[in-house]
Amino acid sequence: MATEAESAEGSRSLSETGEGVRRRDFLYVAPVAFAGVGAVAAVAPLLWQMAPPADVQAQATTEIDISKVQTGQRIKALWRKQPIFVAHLTPKEIADANAVPVSSLRDPESLGQRTQAGHTQWLIVIGVCTHLGCIPLGTAEGENRGPYGGWACPCHGSMYDTAARIRQGPAPKNLVVPPYKFTSPTAVTIG
Amino acid sequence: MFVRGLKYLIGLGFAFVLLLALFTGIAGYVKNPPVPLPQDEFHLPPKDVHFASDGPFGKFDNRQLQRGLQVYSEVCKACHSLNLVAFNDLKQIGYDDAEVKAFASQWQVPDINPDTGEASTRKGLPADHFPSPFANDVAARAANNNALPPDLSDIVKAREGGAAYVYSILTGYQNQPAALLQKFPTAKTPPNLHYNPYFASLNIAMPQMLHGGEVTYADGTPNTADQEAKDVAAFLVWTSQPDINRRHAAGIAVAVFLAFASILGFLAYHQLWDEAKRSVRLTGPLDPENQVKRKRASRKAGVKG
Amino acid sequence: MSFSWAKPYEPKHPVMRWLDDRLPLPRLVYGAIGGGYPVPRNLNYWWNFGVLAGLFLTIQIVTGITLAMWYYATTDGAFNSVEHIMRDVNAGWLIRYVHMNGASFFFLVTYIHIFRGLYYGSYKAPRELVWMLGLVIYLLMMATAFMGYVLPWGQMSYWGAQVITNFFSAIPVIGDPLRVWILGGYAPDQAALTRFFSLHYLLPFVIAGVVILHIWALHIPGSNNPTGVDVKDERDTLPFHPFYTAKDGWFAAAFLLFFAIVVFFAPNWLGNPDNYIPANNLSTPAEIVPEWYLLPFYAILRSFTADFILPAKLWGVIAMFSSILLLFFLPWLDKSPVRSGNYRPVFKRFFWILVVDVLVLGWVGGSPVKPLTVAVGQIAATYYFLHFLVILPLISKFETPLPLPNSISESVLHGEKQESAPARSGKPGVTTVAG
Repeated sequence: MATEAESAEGSRSLSETGEGVRRRDFLYVAPVAFAGVGAVAAVAPLLWQMAPPADVQAQATTEIDISKVQTGQRIKALWRKQPIFVAHLTPKEIADANAVPVSSLRDPESLGQRTQAGHTQWLIVIGVCTHLGCIPLGTAEGENRGPYGGWACPCHGSMYDTAARIRQGPAPKNLVVPPYKFTSPTAVTIG
Repeated sequence: MFVRGLKYLIGLGFAFVLLLALFTGIAGYVKNPPVPLPQDEFHLPPKDVHFASDGPFGKFDNRQLQRGLQVYSEVCKACHSLNLVAFNDLKQIGYDDAEVKAFASQWQVPDINPDTGEASTRKGLPADHFPSPFANDVAARAANNNALPPDLSDIVKAREGGAAYVYSILTGYQNQPAALLQKFPTAKTPPNLHYNPYFASLNIAMPQMLHGGEVTYADGTPNTADQEAKDVAAFLVWTSQPDINRRHAAGIAVAVFLAFASILGFLAYHQLWDEAKRSVRLTGPLDPENQVKRKRASRKAGVKG
Repeated sequence: MSFSWAKPYEPKHPVMRWLDDRLPLPRLVYGAIGGGYPVPRNLNYWWNFGVLAGLFLTIQIVTGITLAMWYYATTDGAFNSVEHIMRDVNAGWLIRYVHMNGASFFFLVTYIHIFRGLYYGSYKAPRELVWMLGLVIYLLMMATAFMGYVLPWGQMSYWGAQVITNFFSAIPVIGDPLRVWILGGYAPDQAALTRFFSLHYLLPFVIAGVVILHIWALHIPGSNNPTGVDVKDERDTLPFHPFYTAKDGWFAAAFLLFFAIVVFFAPNWLGNPDNYIPANNLSTPAEIVPEWYLLPFYAILRSFTADFILPAKLWGVIAMFSSILLLFFLPWLDKSPVRSGNYRPVFKRFFWILVVDVLVLGWVGGSPVKPLTVAVGQIAATYYFLHFLVILPLISKFETPLPLPNSISESVLHGEKQESAPARSGKPGVTTVAG
């Protein structure tokens, strides 16, 4: 025998007022909204965990002892797993750098902009060529310093001057100067 | 037929082998009852002690952790490494950058001589981990009568009873009770070991290290053995679980959020289903009204069912 | 598939119509878990656990992938890499604890899901394949969990691997070469660790694939229900969305609350302290125990202490594997035409004895080996095998079930209790099922 049943979905009884409908909709929207917020809150730590962990962040600053670096000498150090060139510039190297008209440079910067007041004889740069990332030669004793007396990158021939600025070759920018400060006349903290 | 009977065969087969093992075991037990061991009777569960970090709302007491660090640095570090903890981590218990740097520089960490390449040491930096007192396990055993002092970084998580166990061991040393020697005359504590009923085998290689007075606390807290043991145990809770503060705080937030979400969800679910039930109306023979009518009619007609 | 009154997918939005013409994925979803999948209207909360199992599988995969970004599978680095995650990686402690406890909760939810199937006869025709695919998922879960537990390379990781791979050496003739081949060495070492990492990463995706088959197989006959009576017409069902999405949704939030309480306030409660000691192949822990979800099988393994034709060790291994494999035959061991335990009073009693029995086996598995616990374990293991291989077949032959309701909607309308009572004169619409 046939019986009738009304489908549950979508039917609303006539006795309901608009007020009831609004409360009902809120009751459906609220948990879904909570679920949405919950999903975002759950995803956040999964993305955050990819950022550098505490131990890597701790190595984000390095202290370098420069007491043994003589005038004219350069040393290599390590900061955030990258090479750092620390150069104790001679007066001739400083003069050569200042003699170059800044506007003629591919990446215009004066030596004064790349060193710190009171320590203008110290040039500290990241030793990574700004072309494709090789380590330029010129820091160790006997290495080729290129035609400008600074550094010479063996990979594609980028040549840097005594202020580590790009003068010739494919590199677009000067060697990057990292943030640093002198904690004493013989110690520099990078980062 | 055989396939149908196979299941009974297999089931009864396993049952038979098991019952055989059971009765063999019972017979063996009756013939050779197991020999009781001293630890079965004399081993004690950890003492009842509470720490600030206990419980769902627990938070570290930084002052206590700093006292515990002092106990570790002046007493325990002679034998026990803490190699998973970095000096920088101490910033979490209330020290600032300068204090951490000064503390780290008091430690010598392994390094290589930059001129000769031989193994040497250098002053610690904040990024370094606490160095080990021994070059390796073999050296550690050689210095400690073939016993290996465990690394303490995870000790509270690595022992049943946690911090209460560590505290009990440190304060539980006593003379071997006469009752034990009476019952088990061959169980005298060997000369290189020390009796401690909180240790599983009752005889531990580590001698009692805290008698009171080993460290002098800068904040004037009395340096009894009990206090020192509590402080270093609390410190070791932190080395094992530095996440407790963050974890408890996040836990409360998440629990409240999920409680709200569940309640709202439950109300929505009920609303939805109640509406569905209300709007389903059966007509025909299954309608309650019609059923009553039908029952009456059946009775009148003298028909059953 | 499914039922004739299932609402067909009718996309209104032009973008959805464009998509539907080219790749009917939304249509598939609509028909599987949307408004187009009719579900019996009388499901109780025991039916929520399948979805929860899927949720925990997802949680495990997502947290596992992020953990794998920091973990190194070397014998000298693994333990420290996990500690690094706990201490230094941002939110690392959270992700690790979620993954660790997520495994336990995945098993908890799956066990409840399995026992629901046992009680309500969900393994009976026409759902035999759903049941067997589920068992395949369960076996894959156990393999995945075992390998995952080895990865932190703690004491229990190493010695658990040692014990479990030793099972294979019990097999006569090929046993030990097989064990050495599995390990890639003579004891768990670097080779074992790296290959377990590789397989532990792979298997969850295999599980996901089998889960899809499991759900597909289920959606052909549709879900079982607490009465065990088949769906007859439209009145017996409700569309999955929004009714069961709402029910599953709120219950999932509540269950996640329970999960969050464990993760945030007692994250090491279910674990073993010995696994926070780095693995040492020269020092065996006082008690080697697997995680709680493997304890009943561990108890069965250890219960075989006497030789009988075969050595005891081999009996233990055979029995342990058989205890799971016999479940594949359950649809043919229990051939009663009545599905639900609600209408099978004798079966119902033995079902609850089984539940207690499995809990007892779990307790035995986690206890130290003492004469009393071994004896209890042997009795409990005996019951386990007798239950499935002897008792159930006999019950299904000789039991008189209670009368079934005519239909699901009748049982919903009149209340299950009334429907399942024997026919009383004057009560319309109920027929007796002959015993």
